[in-house]
Amino acid sequence: MTTAPAQAGWRFRQPSVIPGFGLTLGFSLAYLTLIILIPLSGLIWRSASLGWAEFWAIASDRRTINALEISFGTAFLAAAVNVVFGTLVAWVLVRYRFPGRRIVDAMVDLPFALPTAVAGIALTTLYAPNGWIGKLLMPLGVKVAYTPLGIVVALVFIGLPFVVRTVQPIMEEIDREVEEAAATLGANRFQIITRVLFPGLAPAIITGFSLAFARGVGEYGSVIFIAGNLPYKSEIAPLLIVIRLEEYNYPAATAIAAIMLALSFVMLLVVNLVQTWSRKRYG
Amino acid sequence: MEVRVANVRKEFERFPALHDVSLDIKSGELIALLGPSGSGKTTLLRLIAGLERPTRGKIFFGDEDASQKSIQERNVGFVFQHYALFRHMTVADNIGFGLKVRHGSSRPPAQEIRRRASELLDLVQLSGLEKRYPAQLSGGQRQRVALARAMAIEPKVLLLDEPFGALDAQVRRELRRWLREIHDRTGHTTVFVTHDQEEALELADRVVVMSQGRIEQVGTADDIYDTPNSPFVYGFIGESSSLPVKVENGEIWLADRPIGLSAPHAPEGEATLYFRPHDVELLDGCSGCIAGTVAASRRVAGTRRVELEIGGERQRVEIELPVGHPAAQKSRVAFRPGRWKLFPAA
Repeated sequence: MTTAPAQAGWRFRQPSVIPGFGLTLGFSLAYLTLIILIPLSGLIWRSASLGWAEFWAIASDRRTINALEISFGTAFLAAAVNVVFGTLVAWVLVRYRFPGRRIVDAMVDLPFALPTAVAGIALTTLYAPNGWIGKLLMPLGVKVAYTPLGIVVALVFIGLPFVVRTVQPIMEEIDREVEEAAATLGANRFQIITRVLFPGLAPAIITGFSLAFARGVGEYGSVIFIAGNLPYKSEIAPLLIVIRLEEYNYPAATAIAAIMLALSFVMLLVVNLVQTWSRKRYG
Repeated sequence: MEVRVANVRKEFERFPALHDVSLDIKSGELIALLGPSGSGKTTLLRLIAGLERPTRGKIFFGDEDASQKSIQERNVGFVFQHYALFRHMTVADNIGFGLKVRHGSSRPPAQEIRRRASELLDLVQLSGLEKRYPAQLSGGQRQRVALARAMAIEPKVLLLDEPFGALDAQVRRELRRWLREIHDRTGHTTVFVTHDQEEALELADRVVVMSQGRIEQVGTADDIYDTPNSPFVYGFIGESSSLPVKVENGEIWLADRPIGLSAPHAPEGEATLYFRPHDVELLDGCSGCIAGTVAASRRVAGTRRVELEIGGERQRVEIELPVGHPAAQKSRVAFRPGRWKLFPAA
């Protein structure tokens, strides 16, 4: 245990008697540095070469702001939709036994595996004004493909498994007795679900939300096909970065990327804090 | 509230868990359902609560047929073995839950609910823990919160499923005494399930002994212990020894010798003799007694427990001897059971 300093200053919490703390912590730090920290600090360093005035000019550009708004807004909406319906899907998979349950269960993972471009093209074909679903929506005046709504649809598709797969295991652990206890105390089905079951699932739902949200913010492949990519209207931030790259405007690309990084980090940090708080309370 | 279980049968996927069970529980009584695992005691408790529906038969609360009512309408307090507290609620919120979910005018105002919760916490001796979460309580404290939560709805019947099953011996004994006190003070009709006979005999007004989905015997601790009415109850409650015997001319015979016990009303033929190991009369000579050689001997607290081999079949029975008794290995001991009972051989 040469890596755990025992001198003055702050100390590591005494790890368990099982050896390996030093080795595993050292490896984890090295690995994270290599995989995440170095590439990201390269990004910050590149954008720092811009200088404040220039950076601010890019950041406050109408097109940049709109792209960021669209990216974060649609990702947020899609994650919210996924929280509702993902939880519902998890509920059905956990609570009911029906023929084909295994197949439905496996289907949930498909968005993980499918190349995102394929998903994008398939969704565009369906939701285009002359597609199967788009045709039905057209008379109602709802346009999905080539609008921000289309982006939301694509992100809902991509994000669904994140919610289902985080909520499902926690839901499986719900103690039958807790529901029965609530019933003997006079709670009806609705009250049991809203007051007893869902509060217990909240930490898992928040995790699912943040994963789906983070994935949505960074999504590129499926969105560019369905979004129409009109600047100021349906152009997402990742696409704007690619456009800047194609213009050989590397500083601008890295600047937008750095802003996205900062925003995502702050949001995920907040989610994490909420998690820690709720865990501390409910044990 | 009186509870009457009338000819209830319960099957789980064609497998019968209870066969035609009937039981009358008086108002204010404290009843124990006692039996080994798989005897159907928990099933019976859950049927009374409405957590299961009987396959046949009815359950009455007073004169009302409760079998058609939902769990919510039955107004029973149920305490689960593993407490089943709501993890995300404070102790006070847990206790007040049953009042908070009521509708309309039957729901007391928030202030009243809070007052009631702390009153119940006083009753279960946990005053001042209103703001804690279940994760911050010990097992015994959680069990008491669960009881307070069940009592908050002023239930017609209080049902407890192995209430002390998950606690250590010390806490169990304490809570047992305490539950008796609470019962005497509040007077709820209470039914609890246990597999611990000591708990059942000590705590309950009447004990219901169950085995394999049937009620074997219902009675006070004295009835059950002193006059068991079946081989199962004899074997299950307290220590017992048994010997295969024969009844001829109203006399009990062991192999080819009479043992000095007469059973004028017993049917002739093969039977099994049951007696308590500690309830024996030691004899010197042996004309009309049971005699055997000591095969093993153990010191148990204040007495010595010896295993005797009886007759040519080398049947083993246990009896208790005073610690000073000179019986050692291989020596012969003669005795006659004090209180005993014959059951026809199966």
